[in-house]
Amino acid sequence: MSPGSSVLAARAGPTGRLGLARRPVALAIVGLLLLAVALVAGIGGGTVAIAPGDTLAILGRRLLGLDIAPTWAAAAETIVMDLRLPRVLTAMVVGGGLAVAGAAFQGLLRNPLADPYVLGTASGAAFGAAIAVLIPVRALILEFGLLHGFAFLGALSAVLVVYKLSRVGASSPMTSLLLTGYAVSSLLAAGLAMAMYLSGAGLRQIFAYLLGGFDASSWGRLAVAAPLIVLASLGILLRARSLNGMLLGEEAAAHLGVDVRRERAILLSLASLATAAAVAVSGLIGFVGLVAPHVVRLVVGPNARLVLPLAALLGASLMVGADLAARLLGDIPVGVITAVIGAPFFLALLRRTRSGYEL
Amino acid sequence: MIRLEGVTVLYRERAALHDIGLQIDAGERVAVIGPNGAGKSTLLRVVAGLLRPASGTVELAGVRLDRLDRLAVARRLAVVPQLPTLPFATSVEEVVALGRLPHEHPVRGMRPGDRAAVAAAIDRVGVGHLLGRDARELSLGERQLVLLAMAVAQDAPVLVLDEPTVHLDLRHQVEVMELVGDLNTRDGTTILAVLHDIGLAAHFFPRLVLLDRGRIVADGPPADVLTPERIRDVFGVDPGFVRLGA
Repeated sequence: MSPGSSVLAARAGPTGRLGLARRPVALAIVGLLLLAVALVAGIGGGTVAIAPGDTLAILGRRLLGLDIAPTWAAAAETIVMDLRLPRVLTAMVVGGGLAVAGAAFQGLLRNPLADPYVLGTASGAAFGAAIAVLIPVRALILEFGLLHGFAFLGALSAVLVVYKLSRVGASSPMTSLLLTGYAVSSLLAAGLAMAMYLSGAGLRQIFAYLLGGFDASSWGRLAVAAPLIVLASLGILLRARSLNGMLLGEEAAAHLGVDVRRERAILLSLASLATAAAVAVSGLIGFVGLVAPHVVRLVVGPNARLVLPLAALLGASLMVGADLAARLLGDIPVGVITAVIGAPFFLALLRRTRSGYEL
Repeated sequence: MIRLEGVTVLYRERAALHDIGLQIDAGERVAVIGPNGAGKSTLLRVVAGLLRPASGTVELAGVRLDRLDRLAVARRLAVVPQLPTLPFATSVEEVVALGRLPHEHPVRGMRPGDRAAVAAAIDRVGVGHLLGRDARELSLGERQLVLLAMAVAQDAPVLVLDEPTVHLDLRHQVEVMELVGDLNTRDGTTILAVLHDIGLAAHFFPRLVLLDRGRIVADGPPADVLTPERIRDVFGVDPGFVRLGA
């Protein structure tokens, strides 16, 4: 008889139901409904209000080719199709992309307080935008504009520098990444301050970018940014297994079959790409990328297969909602709205996190 | 099952392991012991494929380890990691389910067979009473059992443990050791464990491998390996301090 059987028998209590699948289909439907409501409300709300019925009818007529006789003013159609729809879709894509990138950074860095900007994308983008304002030539790169193009490049360069600088020997430990991100961000913030000091009349433009918003959205800009954000986010979604492995740390992930170095590099690149493209079109909008993944985790647990898609839906809805609120309150910056909602949540999160938080 | 031949590992040009030859057959239960810095954990990392030796070969189930990708290694060899911290609230079953990562569908995730394996592992290790609890709020002993259940769910023929009893009180030490022994005798799982406590090792393992300064100095049954001279030479203590409850 093996020495273990007595202990084993004594502990063999009843096994409860496995709480693994927490209604993912139902939650996905709720998320999609939320997004649909956000879409209709986001298009309808504003200085010129458009009734939800009219909004749906216009969308049905113009997007799906349905045969609906117009009962609304022609101006309403122009507002919906040329102004509100690109704006709401941009907010959706940016919100969803930031939420996915935030979830990826939190999982990779194993740090619940990480957000999409943690590796310097925000300060890199801001610095890039400021440089663009300082350049006297006004060039258009596609419809993106010099400012947005420079913001995108600034964000990507910042992450690249952080990644390179954080390398210790052959690997790049997560703590080193976080601290390097902080250091590089501080340096870029100094550069930004200097650029703002020198910018003179351009100051207002830099400032508007820093606050973030969707009032400059257009189909052209959306067409450049959306594919980048959507493809990068899908790439992250397909790597949910690697993120799940990282839950227990990099060494445990390797034991569970994750090629840690490769997966980390891919995930960091994808998340940085999504963030950079989002920041380039919308400016710096905080908290959505931090908060959306956590809200979802509170409901479904840490499984990245559920967290990533649901966080995308929630982030998209939240961003549209925040943009709508900003519009209704008289075109105040979206970043102000997300901060007012997000900061208290962030503080509550800090208080909740006990054993799990470590650098 | 596991075969090392002429394995040398260098850490900053110093040999952490020197010309290691070790063969562990399927169904064996082997403990690696030795003082701090002897190379025990390095040996485990080499066997698990996390550390590539400077020279020598490592084989797992007849295949050279450097020819297997991480996923293939994870299906053949499960490692109970040292107690990690979790960044997010994670239920006990979610931790155990991580053991299915090497098997689950890359896109769709866990299938019914994976869920059955998770349930079976939870039963096997006897952590059913912990279901639904946040793994971060468990005691160290409970957490160790949950990690063991995760490794069992991984369903690999080889189970590797790195200091599985290091933070545990005596009762939990014995509990974990008995479970590991039971996995070996009843399920035929090959066990390779690094242990600090040579008393536990001698009691629960029929074969000990004694490492000292990166070399294997003895390999065999506890009574042959743990002679008073070796205990004095390798551990630098009076053999009278070590009581081996055989």
